[in-house]
Amino acid sequence: MTDATQHSGAYVRETLAEAREAPGRFFGPIAWMRQHLFGSVIDTLLTFLGVAIIAWLAWQVIDFAFLRAVWTGENGEVCRKEGAGACWPYVEAYWKQFVYGRYPIEERWRPTLVFALFAATLVPLAIPSVPYKRLNVFLFLVAFPVVSFFLLTGGVFGLVEVETTVWGGLLVTLIVALTGIVCSLPFGILLALGRRSKLPIIRILCIVFIEFWRGVPLITVLFMASNMLPLFMPAGMEVDKLLRALIGVALFTGAYLAETIRGGLQAIPKGQYEGAMALGLGYWQMMGLIVMPQALKMVIPGIVNSFISLFKDTTLVLIVSLFDLLGMIQASLADPIWISPVTGKTGYFVAAVTFWVFCFGMSRYSQWMERRLATGHKR
Amino acid sequence: MIKTDDTIVAQANGALSTDLAVEMRGVNKWYGDFHVLKEIDLQVRKGEKIVICGPSGSGKSTMIRCINRLEEHQAGRIIVDGIELTEDLKRIDEIRRDVGMVFQHFNLFPHLTILENCTLALIWVKKMPKKEAEEVAMHYLTRVRIPEQAKKYPGQLSGGQQQRVAIARSLCMSPKIMLFDEPTSALDPEMVKEVLDTMVGLANEGMTMLCVTHEMGFARQVADRVIFMDAGQIIEANEPNAFFADPRHERTKLFLSQILH
Ligand SMILES: Nc1ncnc2c1ncn2[C@@H]1O[C@H](COP(=O)(O)OP(=O)(O)O)[C@@H](O)[C@H]1O
Ligand SMILES: [Mg+2]
Repeated sequence: MTDATQHSGAYVRETLAEAREAPGRFFGPIAWMRQHLFGSVIDTLLTFLGVAIIAWLAWQVIDFAFLRAVWTGENGEVCRKEGAGACWPYVEAYWKQFVYGRYPIEERWRPTLVFALFAATLVPLAIPSVPYKRLNVFLFLVAFPVVSFFLLTGGVFGLVEVETTVWGGLLVTLIVALTGIVCSLPFGILLALGRRSKLPIIRILCIVFIEFWRGVPLITVLFMASNMLPLFMPAGMEVDKLLRALIGVALFTGAYLAETIRGGLQAIPKGQYEGAMALGLGYWQMMGLIVMPQALKMVIPGIVNSFISLFKDTTLVLIVSLFDLLGMIQASLADPIWISPVTGKTGYFVAAVTFWVFCFGMSRYSQWMERRLATGHKR
Repeated sequence: MIKTDDTIVAQANGALSTDLAVEMRGVNKWYGDFHVLKEIDLQVRKGEKIVICGPSGSGKSTMIRCINRLEEHQAGRIIVDGIELTEDLKRIDEIRRDVGMVFQHFNLFPHLTILENCTLALIWVKKMPKKEAEEVAMHYLTRVRIPEQAKKYPGQLSGGQQQRVAIARSLCMSPKIMLFDEPTSALDPEMVKEVLDTMVGLANEGMTMLCVTHEMGFARQVADRVIFMDAGQIIEANEPNAFFADPRHERTKLFLSQILH
């Protein structure tokens, strides 16, 4: 056979070659480890070094949070002893404040109910296989915020009025983050569309707006919202401090999202617009049904990045004297009863773990969503 | 310009004729300073099949894209199915509902299934109930012989299949006129036939078609007229046998000698 191919131009295959297994592919955990962790001497050394570093870090955390931890006690005395780890009795005494802030104790069922409603409307929304998505979206975006607003502020239906100044802790963190996320996304979409508009006035307005908010640090925005805004307001008119912070955060994130989304819009081929137009879809149908879904899907990582940053930036509301989770933890550290060398460490440990859990959750969910939304290979 | 009897008859009927599907009179278009369409005069009767060919960059795409306002013309008149194209957005929508278009690169919506690609415009433009829309879509998907792919995404189909979906998607809107812009140019050779067969079937049913293509076999088989464009102008138009056997203009001869070997 080979002779034939080598010595003359004409060649006809007589037997077809069968497909064979690819060489050098072994399966199972051992083969995987051999290939990826112990491929060479340097690989092996790096593997051991990496494992050692991870083990050391994990040990530090476990040692602090569990092994050396103090579990019971009436006050800071027990945590003041030499070599004590995390001071859990302090967290036990304070965790309600971490969650609710200074919300009146007898009214705390109201934020609790809000948390429950939040979970009850968000969880089914986040699971694609649960039916009634339309109703669910309505409940989450319209019913839940309205109900929560009246539940938390009170003053109606016989509920005692609770000023936003006493709200705090995780409640404030979640309110600021959630409102920021829910309001900034549509706002960012509109800004992104506006920046690509054919109408010069709209385009210029959007550019000025985006560049203004991106050019100013969030701290400045919050300061301005709390100190300068009242100067421009008619005398006697007062806008709630929390509301001001919410608007500031939403506009700020909206401007960032606009640019992220614009990046996605630029990646949509012209043919998609033409295909939509040729079918007779109008501008908003084309954008809403064809262009935006694809653009948003493409920039999920960037959008979630903004949301995670927003979530962490909620801690900045402290400077306009709103007490979010971190603010409450910090405030609690001044309590003389619980003062000890490890109280601060424990408090910040709790803050870090809480923030990490939320942010990591968002990150994982978005990655899962990205995979789910992938439709076939691209050409 | 050489006119066949058909064109002469069509033109004699004038702008008011209800017999015309597309009427272009003295159409001009510029991209900036670049004069891309020059004095285009073209009348297409209802049911007529036109094949447009010409060198790359001669303005073929631009011309047929003017018909459904994907491009705007700056001088002259374009009347589609009795409706004149103007700035009026309502009329543009009306015309787009009557005119289907198939593109070189399919332009399917990758985030929607084949079925959703087909039902989208029925549901949102024609306001048809979803169920009914799906029946219509399945009908046309069956016609292009890929009903079994309905639940897949465009990225999972071969080029030929995608282009047939694109044809079905246009047909769902029951267009009166179909525009094809090099529908087989992006396909692997073995897939060209399945798309051309679909187009031939459509032609045999009496659809008014304007096809930009270099598939000369297709032109011979279905075209009532072949139009040759160069440098933004219609250089020559004739019925296919005469067009291929006896091209009159030097540029047509040169072009045909290059593509027919
Ligand atoms: N959006 C545009 N802006 C500027 N020039 C364009 C644009 N689209 C097409 N052209 C130019 O117009 C000419 C005709 O293009 P086109 O109609 O696509 O030609 P064809 O389809 O015959 O190959 C080409 O020279 C092309 O470079
Ligand atoms: Mg072209």
